Amino acid sequence: MEPRDFKAVDEILEQYNCDKQQIIAILQDVQDIYRYLPQDVLAHVSEKTGMSESEIYGVATFYGNFSLDAKGKYVLKVCRGTACHVRKSADVLAKLQEITGLNDKKSLSDDGLFSLEIVSCLGACGLSPVVMVNDTVHAAMTPDKAKDLIADLRAGEG
Amino acid sequence: MREKLHSLEEFQALQAQYKAAREAEKRKVLVCCGTGCVAGGNLNVYQALKNKMAELGIDCEVSLSDNHGGEAVGLKKSGCHGFCERGPLVRIEPEGWLYTRCTVEDVDEIVQKTILEGEFIERLGYHNEDGLCKRQEDIPFYKKQTRRVLEHCGHIDSESIEEYLSIGGYEALAKCLFEMSGDEVIKEVSDSGLRGRGGAGFPTGKKWAQVAAHTEEPVKYIVCNGDEGDPGAFMDRSCMEGDPHKVLEGMIIAGVATGSTEGYLYVRAEYPLAVRRMRMAMQQAEEMGILGDNILGSGKSFHMHINRGAGAFVCGEGSAMTASIEGHRGMPRTKPPRSVDKGLFGKPTCLNNVETFASVPDIIKKGAGWFRSLGTETSPGTKAFALTGNVMNTGLIEVPMGTTMREVVYDIGGGIKNHKEFKAVQIGGPSGGCLTKEHLDLPMDFDSLKKVGAIIGSGGLVVMDEDSCMVNIAQFFMNFICEESCGKCTPCREGTTRMNEILTRITQGNGRMSDIADLKRLAKMIQTSSLCGLGKTAPNPVLSTLQNFEDEYIEHIRDKRCRCGTCKDLARFVITDKCIGCTKCARNCPVGAISGSPRHKHEIDTTKCIKCGACKSGCPVGAIKEG
Repeated sequence: MEPRDFKAVDEILEQYNCDKQQIIAILQDVQDIYRYLPQDVLAHVSEKTGMSESEIYGVATFYGNFSLDAKGKYVLKVCRGTACHVRKSADVLAKLQEITGLNDKKSLSDDGLFSLEIVSCLGACGLSPVVMVNDTVHAAMTPDKAKDLIADLRAGEG
Repeated sequence: MREKLHSLEEFQALQAQYKAAREAEKRKVLVCCGTGCVAGGNLNVYQALKNKMAELGIDCEVSLSDNHGGEAVGLKKSGCHGFCERGPLVRIEPEGWLYTRCTVEDVDEIVQKTILEGEFIERLGYHNEDGLCKRQEDIPFYKKQTRRVLEHCGHIDSESIEEYLSIGGYEALAKCLFEMSGDEVIKEVSDSGLRGRGGAGFPTGKKWAQVAAHTEEPVKYIVCNGDEGDPGAFMDRSCMEGDPHKVLEGMIIAGVATGSTEGYLYVRAEYPLAVRRMRMAMQQAEEMGILGDNILGSGKSFHMHINRGAGAFVCGEGSAMTASIEGHRGMPRTKPPRSVDKGLFGKPTCLNNVETFASVPDIIKKGAGWFRSLGTETSPGTKAFALTGNVMNTGLIEVPMGTTMREVVYDIGGGIKNHKEFKAVQIGGPSGGCLTKEHLDLPMDFDSLKKVGAIIGSGGLVVMDEDSCMVNIAQFFMNFICEESCGKCTPCREGTTRMNEILTRITQGNGRMSDIADLKRLAKMIQTSSLCGLGKTAPNPVLSTLQNFEDEYIEHIRDKRCRCGTCKDLARFVITDKCIGCTKCARNCPVGAISGSPRHKHEIDTTKCIKCGACKSGCPVGAIKEG
């Protein structure tokens, strides 16, 4: 693999003055670029901040929002909070797993389009059950609506 | 860029100007732009309204600073109105009408009929069994509420400091800066009896006094907990989205009162809109000199920082949150020392939740006596709750402390969905417990709830109907805690895992009668020996469901039966007497488990049944039941 160009990462590091205390914010911004935390980038961040790679790894694996694996273009977050649970979000999740072929073990679809995640609560309980696609909340989901949602996203890709 | 204010006089003059501008707007259109209504497409409605009014040449102002003295129509992006179930919402003033389920297609009519001719559009109004409710305040959902913290949520443009100033915003801060000493501010908060809205209900004034007492420390911190992680709660999100300046004002007041000059707001990453609105509020306040160095020329300073959480429930715990702000894994530590003595970066820290800070400005402005005029003796004031689950009207509500569950579920919530039977309310999330029919008339306040093994917690109320399996709910919460346990202490890490294993096997039909005693024993051990609040309260949902619904546990274990049909492994499909013998189910069944002759009641062979549910979903008369 060719060495990566760290220009964008360096800009982020500069913005936070390579401050160790800001490691969570730095990793969040880095993840915004790559949609996950690539190993070589973490090594670079370690070098610049003076925080050891193991410490950074510790932080990155502690927080649920960080991913060390590549993610799809559309990250589907299925809310499994209480309000969604009592309004049958399990059925929505099952449907999404069925049509995307994703599950606990397989987190990225073969075409690179979808990642499927389970989240505890998106705080949109009044609209339950909800599914979030990247930053957009989809309300009052049903298995049928989930099917249409995926079909629409796939159609948008041509 | 806004002009910086250098003195109290300049502040008061500007405030008067915006007050006048607000009053000049005879007609206002408030488009709800909370997470719920944005998901429903309300930003498009806002844009379409703006375009349509421009097209028709209607004088429309989107900001109070646009005001030029005339009678323009004010078009605003407001915060959450709370009635998310009926969103997207649009409120029309001065009449106070509420339009529900608005779409872009309705915009032409709203502009033509309502804005130009002042006519109400019945189609968009709220209808219930008793007819039409034109005014928002007449809708039963709102009628029984008393909105204090959420007073302006939905009634002002949440993205504008000018709007906040026009309704008396930052007046309380000015009072603290120029008329009151820090001790006087703390005394007022103490006298009000305000207790922390984050769950435990610790007296806020006492906490502030403890931080203020550290006069030897030049650096102290204010931390606002916006890491609202309890599944089923979204009060703080709505507060930050709908009235961000109020939260900010509360934090600055806390800083001034306790002698702290740095404030941190920790918001969970799942709330991008709240982060954006709070950032916007901070920037506006800084421009105006209300935040930063030498606030309004008073010589006092306060600086704000925002930290976005990264998806760890445990970070809602004080010491875990400060660890996370410092850039570490968010793991709690042993206490004492408490955070008021050694908190963020080892300095005295005043840590309160969003709703607590948002309660402060009004207490300063209107006094402790005003605050105590509602609520109970030991739990004064109001509390916001997120009402969700199997109830007719879901949404954000605010009621006086001490309101009964019955009033909340039936009067405000409109009762149970689909005419089903009320079974329980889960209150306080994974640390809370469930309340049953016998608790319907119990006043909801910190102390009454504690007595029955529940807590107010952050204020999530999930209503459950007769079809909700309580063992499943207990397993659901335990699974949540298992995943969110940080793993530092053994009782929580291992104990909750074992409890989850037991609960899982019960819901799968592999339970043993000894499991109930084992659950109770484990629960007690975890409660007494865990390091932090997350572990100490983790067994609550199990204990409270065991206390109220032990018969359901026994049914699952002994009879291998889930009466609600929720536990799929125990599901049994039964054909009831409603069956008309149409044979459709027998034809739909993929494994040939259903037999019967035409026009006679059919039967399911449970040994063959694979529980796919095809029979039930296809039955034309609803004769097939699960459970």
